[in-house]
This record gives sequence, structure tokens and C-alpha cells, in this order.
Amino acid sequence: MTVESEAPAEEPRTVTGAPREAAAARGVRVRDVRRVYSSRRGPVVALDGMSLEAQPQETVAVVGPSGCGKSTLLELICGLQRPDAGTVASEPAVYMPQRDLLLPWSTALDNAALPLLVRRLSRRQARERARPLFAELGLDGFEMAMPHELSGGMRQRVAFLRTLLAGKPVLALDEPFASLDALTRQQAQAWLDSALRREPRTVVLVTHDVEEAVVLADRVVVMSPRPGRAVAELRVELVRPRRRTDPAVVELRERALEALG
Amino acid sequence: MSRVLRPALLLLVLLGAWEAYARLGSVDDFLLPAPSEVARALADDRSLLWHNFAVTAGEVLLGIAVAVAAGLACAIALHFSRTLRVTAYPLLVASQTIPIVIIAPLLVVWLGYGLAPKLVIIALICFFPVTVTALGGLGRVDPDHRKLMRTLDASRLQAFRRVEAPAALPSLFNGAKISVAVAVIAAVLAEQAGSSDGLGHLILQSIPQFETARAYAAVAVLSAFAIVLFGALALGERLLLPWAHRPEGDVT
Ligand SMILES: Nc1ncnc2c1ncn2[C@@H]1O[C@H](COP(=O)(O)OP(=O)(O)OP(=O)(O)O)[C@@H](O)[C@H]1O
Ligand SMILES: [Mg+2]
Repeated sequence: MTVESEAPAEEPRTVTGAPREAAAARGVRVRDVRRVYSSRRGPVVALDGMSLEAQPQETVAVVGPSGCGKSTLLELICGLQRPDAGTVASEPAVYMPQRDLLLPWSTALDNAALPLLVRRLSRRQARERARPLFAELGLDGFEMAMPHELSGGMRQRVAFLRTLLAGKPVLALDEPFASLDALTRQQAQAWLDSALRREPRTVVLVTHDVEEAVVLADRVVVMSPRPGRAVAELRVELVRPRRRTDPAVVELRERALEALG
Repeated sequence: MSRVLRPALLLLVLLGAWEAYARLGSVDDFLLPAPSEVARALADDRSLLWHNFAVTAGEVLLGIAVAVAAGLACAIALHFSRTLRVTAYPLLVASQTIPIVIIAPLLVVWLGYGLAPKLVIIALICFFPVTVTALGGLGRVDPDHRKLMRTLDASRLQAFRRVEAPAALPSLFNGAKISVAVAVIAAVLAEQAGSSDGLGHLILQSIPQFETARAYAAVAVLSAFAIVLFGALALGERLLLPWAHRPEGDVT
């Protein structure tokens, strides 16, 4: 898959008033971050002392119990939220939300091309750029389908195309395959894996599926229950594509599960 | 089929009861004509009714168009400006409590007996439901969709164009549907305040002439018109916004 990664020639962005050297960071660097939500029942500390790094073109998987602040972490990386303490520095990052959020009034093709339309490409140009990718994800023939006519797996793939076409160097994927059945999920993982090998990006992949983390990532970061912080890190140095039945994969999976507690 | 049949049946029953009451009851014909007399008036006075209907229908259609345009513009302005929302919205609500009867004669003095004062009155009355529903639609966009547009670096205007505006279209249709019924009443009021034709004028004239059946016939024509208009809007919505009628899916 080739999406010209016309990485916008922007400066890496710092969210807090971090020092210049932090701003020059490549990839993603989250340091000692604290994030507190105020809710009706008082303050909720989502993250406390959370640190995470992703080198350029590295895939880092984040696993952790529900509600430990994984989505919060991704939104911080993408600049959709600001930390209450600590620093977040990242190259331009695009957030792929937990829900597919396809626009119900647009075709699958126009949904995928949305980032191009936002960047003021003409509708024709945007469609021309998005169309070839449909075949590669097994979506050919569904370009003109409306979102409600697609299966959950197809919708997720369209949402993933939309994320890729945003053309940013960092992808923050929030449980991109959570709503898929086992078989579709394996296919989806396979195309993500090959897509990233053909066109490497820096990826922070949140998942609750430890096996998925081990199959796809270079590193797996395990988070504690809320308030979330990194409690363990596993390096996955296995050749790709990885098979879930591979004994090395199984062993790493067991270790990650142990770290999760 | 039963969607047409059932209301028709109910209507028939109600008409039957009315007919019986008007004939057997002690109410004067000049106060309450029987449906059969109204039907006769509909047939006998058809050219008179038709001529006046054309006038009123024109006013209603134009009035709703003006109200939708103005209400939409106002909703967009309120949507974009918090200051405006806080300062002008309460006044907008208050303006709705001014009875049209009070300002209608004033409008006639200012604008004469022509189309203009009618349009202003209809638009004034319909403007509010359109504004409120459209503003609600613009504001009720899924916050996650907003987040999505932000992560794609969309400007405020692009988020409006790509997400907020389309998401608000069903609400705009609802506003227009609500205004259909009030627009018809508003047209009648406006014509009664000062006019030389239109069904409102005809009703006003018929009653002192003891042509009550004709007045009722005019009302029947108005009701039928409102139903047709409402149906046309509902149909238009189905054709133009098919996505808004799917129970399943990530609709805002
Ligand atoms: N806007 C908010 N206001 C108040 N509390 C919030 C808000 N958003 C998240 N939280 C709380 O912060 C915590 C972390 O939320 P977050 O969505 O980041 O968790 P998560 O790890 O992504 O959970 P899940 O695995 O269920 O997706 C949760 O306890 C949640 O209830
Ligand atoms: Mg989450």
C-alpha cells in the first residue's frame, strides 16, 4: 500500500510549554504525564506518572485494563487534550477513534477521502487518491456504498483508510479491531501489518488483546489500572509476519498477561 | 395502505357524528353547518375558493421559504457566536410572545394591503420553530465527530460544512414541517388584518353574510393544503436524506 506520506513539513509539536529540545523530538515522547478529569463525583485521575516513547517508524502497543486511560493517552499524543502535568511531544499524529465514526451521509469512498477533502483537494482528486486503496483492503466494489450498508469489519477498514490518508507520520490507533469477529480481526491485523511494512509509520496501538499486541508491535507497554501508568514493557524481536501459534509469540503473550496481573 | 385507510376511516366517523349533531341537535345552521352543506359549498363555490386559495397558497409557500432562509441564517449566526447566543436568544424567545394581532395592523399601515405584510407575518411566526430546531440540530452533533474533524486538522468552517451542517439537515426539515401548520394559521390572520382576497379574507366575509358553510369549506381547503404540504416535506426529506431514516448506524 502506498499512501504518499506527504508529512506536513511542520515542526514537531509540543503541547505544554516544553523546552525546545523536547520539541525537536522525533516520534512520540510522553513524560511523567498526569491527566485529571473533573466529573460530577469529583476529580478522576486518569493518568499519573505515565511515560511512553515511540521511535520513528516503531509500532508500540499499549495494553491495560478498561478505564486505565488508554484513550486519554492517545488523545494527549494527538493534541486533542492537554496534560495537567508532564510533557507530551510528538510529530503530527492522527487519532483513529474507538468508534468508526463514518459520516452516515457520505459514501465509503468519500468517508475515506475526508482528510483529503479537508486539505482542500477537489472531490475528484480526493476520490482518485483514495480509490486504489479500496482494492488493497478488499473493499473494491464498495466505494459507493453508504456506511450502513457495510459490515462492521468493512466500516473499520474504511475508518483505517481515512486515518492513513490523513498523511501524518504518527498513527494513534484506539482499539481499531475491537469490534471485529475473530476471523475478520486476523485479516485486519494482517493488512495493517503489511501496510506498515510497505509504508512505515510511527504507531501507538491501543488494544485489549494481548495477542494482537505481540503479533503487531515492536514493543508492548503494559499499563496499571487507573490512574494509569506504564508498569512493564516487553520487547518483541520476532520476524514478521508473526503467527499467533508461534511458541515465541505464545510465550511473550503469557508474560504480558502476567504483567497485567 | 392502512396508513391512508385508517385516518380516512376515523375522519368518516367524525364527519358522521358531526352530520348527526348538526341535523338533530339544536344548533343553528349559521353557527354549525353540517358536513354535507360544507361539501355542497365546496362544489358550488369552487371557482371562488380556488381563486382565493391560489392567493393564500402563494403567501404560505413564500412565507415558509423566507422563514426557513432567515431562520437558518439566524441559527448559524447563533451557533457560531456564543455572545450572540447569550444576548439575543432570550430576546428571540420573548419576541414570540408578541401577539400577531397587535402588530398586524401596524404592518398593514407600513406595507399596505399587498403580499409584503403577509410574508412578514408568516415569516415572523415560522421563523422561531425553524431557528430553534436548526440551532438544536447544529449543537447536537456527536462530540466524537468534532474530535475526528479536529484530528484531521479541519478548520472551524470545514467542521461546519462537513459535519455540523449535514447533521443538522433533518432538524431543519422538522422545523419546516412544524412551520407548515402555523404558516397556514398565520396567513389567515394576516389576511384578516387587511386584504382584499385570500381564504382568510373569504372566511371573514362569509360569516356576516351567513355563508357559514362557505367559511367551513375554506377551512377544509386550508387543512387539505397543510396536509399536502406536510406530506411533501416528509417525502422530500426521505428522498434527500435517506441516511437519516436508518435506525442502525453511527447517526449523530
Ligand atoms: N470526559 C471525561 N470526564 C470525566 N471522566 C472521564 C472522561 N473521559 C474519561 N474519563 C475517565 O477517565 C478514565 C480513563 O478513561 P479512558 O477513556 O482514557 O480509558 P480507557 O483505558 O480508554 O478505557 P477503555 O479500555 O474502556 O476504552 C476512566 O475512568 C473514565 O471514566
Ligand atoms: Mg478507550
